[in-house]
Amino acid sequence: MDFNENFILGCSAIGAGLAVIAGIGPGVGQGIAAGHAAAAVGRNPGAKSDITGTMILGQAVAETTGLYGLLVAMLLMFVKPLLP
Amino acid sequence: MGHGILLSGADNIDFMVHGIMKYSFFGHEVWITTTHVCVLIVMLILMGFAVAANRCMAKATEVPGNFQNVIELMVEKLDGIVDGAMGNAAPRFYNYIGTIFVFIIFSNISGLLGLRPPTADYGVTLALGLISFTVIHFNQFKYQSAKEIWVNMCSPLPPWLPIWLPINLISEIAVPISLSLRLFANVLSGTVMMALIYGLLGWIATIWPAALHAYFDLFSGAIQTYVFCMLTMTYISDARNGN
Repeated sequence: MDFNENFILGCSAIGAGLAVIAGIGPGVGQGIAAGHAAAAVGRNPGAKSDITGTMILGQAVAETTGLYGLLVAMLLMFVKPLLP
Repeated sequence: MGHGILLSGADNIDFMVHGIMKYSFFGHEVWITTTHVCVLIVMLILMGFAVAANRCMAKATEVPGNFQNVIELMVEKLDGIVDGAMGNAAPRFYNYIGTIFVFIIFSNISGLLGLRPPTADYGVTLALGLISFTVIHFNQFKYQSAKEIWVNMCSPLPPWLPIWLPINLISEIAVPISLSLRLFANVLSGTVMMALIYGLLGWIATIWPAALHAYFDLFSGAIQTYVFCMLTMTYISDARNGN
């Protein structure tokens, strides 16, 4: 079977859109981390700088899965690996 | 940029790496790209700064002047980060962590100077990740016996039943990949976003993108630099102490 180039490009665009749905997970996760960090600062305001550092590190690691989705979307959009 | 991107006829959207000249290297076609040039500029600026700092510290005074003050502040902050993460092993890693910290942060904020950030090329970040990987495993083999490493590799199961070994090996190999991809994707997303804003909006994007630069280049770049260094230090500490 051979497909039209425009068909492949359109499907790539749809796939790119579906790939960035991966951003939902890190969003929820980072929100949870920030909420718990805020609660921790409220309980122990003296440890604010430690808590902030730990929160940022954890959030950046949680962000990775979303970035993988973004990378897949960018590959589909700009590198176009599916074109023959 | 072909018609793959958007249908708005935006020809001036440009965030790709461009080849400048190519040459033949043992039969392979090798390109000198814009990334090489940007890395070279970053390196030259950092070297110039280092030479100036060295000259300044050679005739350091008891009461520091302006430039000496800045240098002392930078070095103390960087050493403080390493101290906080590595404890008493820190003095051996001031050099390495300080160097990659300065290089990555200057690469990330070089988007403000009109360069394409070198860390938005996977070649650069993969090299950084592989260097960190080498340091991690050098320390692992130096401070742990072969038996300890084998027990750690078979970790949840007893060491005579290495069913879990391949999975642990994959998670070891994933370390440099995830380190480098995290940095790469963050910087690339900022670069693409700024290119889209400048390319698509034209004259509308005059002054207010400065706020976006502050987020994408300064804030995101600094956070990712900190994360790269923190994760490297955490992995090195783990490798030195046994997991």
